[in-house]
Amino acid sequence: MTKKMPPEFYQLLEEIQAIDFVIVELNLYLDTHPHDYEAINQFNENAEKSMKLKIDFEQKFGPLMNFGRSFSNYPFNWIDTPWPWQV
Amino acid sequence: MFTQYKYWRPYISPYDPCKPIEVKSYATPPQLYLGFQPYGLPQFSSPKEALKFGTLWPQLFSPYPDPHKGVDKRD
Amino acid sequence: MWYYEKKLQYPVRVSTCNPMLAKYLIEQYGGADGELAAALRYMNQRYTIPDKVVGLLTDIATEEFSHLEMIATMIYKLTKDATPQQIKEAGLGDHYVNHDKALFYQNAAGVPFTASYIQAKGDPIADLYEDIAAEEKARATYQWIIDLSDDPDLNDSLKFLREREIVHSQRFREAVEILKDDKDKKKIF
Repeated sequence: MTKKMPPEFYQLLEEIQAIDFVIVELNLYLDTHPHDYEAINQFNENAEKSMKLKIDFEQKFGPLMNFGRSFSNYPFNWIDTPWPWQV
Repeated sequence: MFTQYKYWRPYISPYDPCKPIEVKSYATPPQLYLGFQPYGLPQFSSPKEALKFGTLWPQLFSPYPDPHKGVDKRD
Repeated sequence: MWYYEKKLQYPVRVSTCNPMLAKYLIEQYGGADGELAAALRYMNQRYTIPDKVVGLLTDIATEEFSHLEMIATMIYKLTKDATPQQIKEAGLGDHYVNHDKALFYQNAAGVPFTASYIQAKGDPIADLYEDIAAEEKARATYQWIIDLSDDPDLNDSLKFLREREIVHSQRFREAVEILKDDKDKKKIF
């Protein structure tokens, strides 16, 4: 029996994708505007939000990152499906 | 002048084999006009909105296909 | 070094099993103006460009790899369950005899990826102008793929990728201004 991800998986994932996208946008902007104090604040606020969302996501659906950037359960669940191109 | 698309009328020969496209267009998206992005440009209202549009700033958004395609652009 | 994150930058959905679209999308995978060429180009230019714009090149290159993954996802989903018959009808027979459903770094006409797609002149202005041109060409390629595609879900992701080319072009244009201005000298903030 193949496993199927619940709707919550997709909801949380998209929330993370949205916050992380804002971070990418601000990051590229700050690369050329390193003195924009407001944008740096917004960048840091979103970084914090992203970390919180990922802690919640990982508790429910397993690690998002490799090489020790996420904690593992037993057995090692980094290798669990679905991979991003499979979802 | 900033508009997302420009239109032009190519020469049409009576011997052209295909039905002529009278008005042709090309994209002239916002990065051609913005210059060095100013501080504090208005942002989309939420991260989800930004993700949907592919940018955090409405002024950098470029629609495709041309929303006015097929509309008569004769001045 | 790099860490992998188990998520796409933007959700990729495909509504119809249409392997023909995979044939077009491969242009952005292993074509001259594709995502692989972009990622490798910027990553490689970092080592000789002035320090002020190294961060930007690093970050855009990194984002390009996430776009490469999105394109791969589209191709994967479009071909995963297609029958050999459907593959053949989609014009992917030549690909199938050589690669089955494996992805291959080539363009839509089957020309394999080559390092000559990636310019590295060492002159910062020449390199950044190359990057701006690369973003505009990739934007145009997305336009032509969207024109050929009738899959609304796929087009949604392709429009996202097209918009990213615009933002990258904007940032590279700013990088040129930074190098022209020597902004370090007069901090007005």
